[in-house]
Amino acid sequence: MTRYIFRRLLQAIPTLVGISIISFFLAYSAPGDPISMYNFDPKATPEALEMLRRQIGLDQPVPIQYVRWMTGVSLRRGDHAAEFQTDDTRCRYLASLDLTTCDSGKGVIRGDLGMSLQTKQPVWDRLVERMPATLELGVTSLLLALVIGVPLGVLSAVYRGSIFDNIVRFLSVVGQAVPNFWMGIMLIFVFGVILGWLPTGGRQTVSLTQEFDLADRIRHIILPATVLALGGIAIFSRVMRTETLEVINTDYIRTARAKGLGYSAVYFVHAFRNSLIPLMTLLGPAILGVLSGAVVTETVFAWPGMGRLTIAAVFQRDYPLVLGSVMVFSFLTIMGNLLSDILYGVVDPRVRLE
Amino acid sequence: MAAGTTTAEMTSAAPVTRRRTPTGDAIRQLRKNKMAVVGLIVILIMIFIALFVDTSLFTFFTGGKAQPLIAPYHYAEVDFLHANAPPLTRTEEGKFYILGTDYLGRDNLSRTLYGSRISLSVAIVAATVSLIVGLIYGMISGYGSAVRDNFMMRVVDFLYGFPLIIFIILMQVYFKALSATDDTNPFVAWLIRIDDAMGGIFLVFVAIGLLNWLGMARIARGQTLSFKRKEFVEASRSVGSNDGRIIRKHILPNILGPCIVAETLAIPGYILLESFLSFIGLGANPPTPSWGIMISETYQAMRVAPMNVFAPAVALTLTTLAFNFLGDGLRDAFDPRLAD
Repeated sequence: MTRYIFRRLLQAIPTLVGISIISFFLAYSAPGDPISMYNFDPKATPEALEMLRRQIGLDQPVPIQYVRWMTGVSLRRGDHAAEFQTDDTRCRYLASLDLTTCDSGKGVIRGDLGMSLQTKQPVWDRLVERMPATLELGVTSLLLALVIGVPLGVLSAVYRGSIFDNIVRFLSVVGQAVPNFWMGIMLIFVFGVILGWLPTGGRQTVSLTQEFDLADRIRHIILPATVLALGGIAIFSRVMRTETLEVINTDYIRTARAKGLGYSAVYFVHAFRNSLIPLMTLLGPAILGVLSGAVVTETVFAWPGMGRLTIAAVFQRDYPLVLGSVMVFSFLTIMGNLLSDILYGVVDPRVRLE
Repeated sequence: MAAGTTTAEMTSAAPVTRRRTPTGDAIRQLRKNKMAVVGLIVILIMIFIALFVDTSLFTFFTGGKAQPLIAPYHYAEVDFLHANAPPLTRTEEGKFYILGTDYLGRDNLSRTLYGSRISLSVAIVAATVSLIVGLIYGMISGYGSAVRDNFMMRVVDFLYGFPLIIFIILMQVYFKALSATDDTNPFVAWLIRIDDAMGGIFLVFVAIGLLNWLGMARIARGQTLSFKRKEFVEASRSVGSNDGRIIRKHILPNILGPCIVAETLAIPGYILLESFLSFIGLGANPPTPSWGIMISETYQAMRVAPMNVFAPAVALTLTTLAFNFLGDGLRDAFDPRLAD
């Protein structure tokens, strides 16, 4: 088992490298660059813009920039920071934009994701600041999906063909068909605006002290977590229904019934355990769905997580931040898949992880 | 589904020897599924609306400017005096807004109807691209040697690790930046011209199609693997068929059904993805009436004019629901083992 996990972790390295190459080239070879947003600044001369580009190495070919980002090895000779030593007022203005600090990365392989061009903070710090919010939302919605989806599926199989079953099945299809962002808007509209029961966005009520207030946090997370959980609820209930139906018709369940066990004992002890197996394979995709759904949900609910940060960074062309968050998201994705494979082996001992 | 209908026609044309084919059985099975039939009807109505929402289908051949046909007005026709009008507004100029107008006074109903073009073309084009790429990749992988199969599937596994939505966003940013430049490369210029002509939707197709063939490749490979060992393939090989003929005549017709079914089930995802991209401003270019854009443009004024959000949202939900039900029905019909 340990060997298996170790090998899977080793396999993740080439995947991450590949992802980094593709996303780096996609970002940096796109026309226009982070500096181009100063194009319309009347104080910025073309030479000054060129200087800013040199500071963060944008004048170099993309492969060289990639190597520098990855390993921290700069292939440039000479000190380009000195170029700002001039008394031109326009340059003095641009010196206030100074991006030289953004050029001092030690390389991704040494755990340095570089500097955010917008705030001149380390990318890692900016991501870590947002990570708890994303994990909080993701874990809550995943639990919500399991706690609601699984019993719904089992009950719907037990009462097969009843009104309850039909309602659950219909809702699970609708749950998959309704767009996440629209669902979010509707919930905000109904519960936040019309009824005024719940806050319309954010992670906590803004106050001067920013004290931790659990009740306030819960009130804020209800709507986004519900929206994010809908897809999971739909899929879980559907799969649990199919699986439970299959298991119910097996011989050992008939034996259990024949020896006089009650319905609940049979369905929730005997059948339930065995119908859990396919659920484990779904956990990986579910984690993936929650991660990518976070991008959507965080945008709608102004949730201060990594997804919203990434979208903002994409529009601001803060490339180091975008790439850093792509790396973190990819890592979480791979870990989610690994976790689901391990759980699969735990639930079903017939599956040997070698 | 072309193969399916021809078989059905053949069976009805020859009543004496009424053969029961798997496809014929599947179609009969599908007809029994009410929700699937409703879904199919909704999709057919949508296709009809998309085709005849204006006269561009005719002006494409005859030339001239397209006039609204089903839609009361053109989607970009503004009426500033009657912005955010409530439903059933009749103006002094004799205009009648059944579903009201948006913040620029554009007719909500017309925009929603025009929007079906965007969503349906995403559904069709993205699904076709992903089906073709996935089928070819999967068949090459499944049919060839174990070494090649292993390599090609590792590539798919590798791509599965990608955070898809962030990649599509990155790609869209790349494409949007590209279309804002005057690139001299003739191929790029050609792509940009197509994209502009289609209201910025073409590159969405490319991005979605390029990244969504992975699941299809896995299914096609699995199916190919199971069929290439079947006796009838062996028999065909023994009488001298080469690989190309076996793939064309024996494997492709057999695996096409399950693959199309799987692709139908993936379509709602594409439609939702396009609407989300448009919602955050990386999809269609305004004033193209994509449902996602319509929602993002109007949801801030939802209290004043709720119909502007409801109309595109209901249309969007209806479309994805229809494809979902049809996909479910097709899956149950073609693969009875998977039926609930």
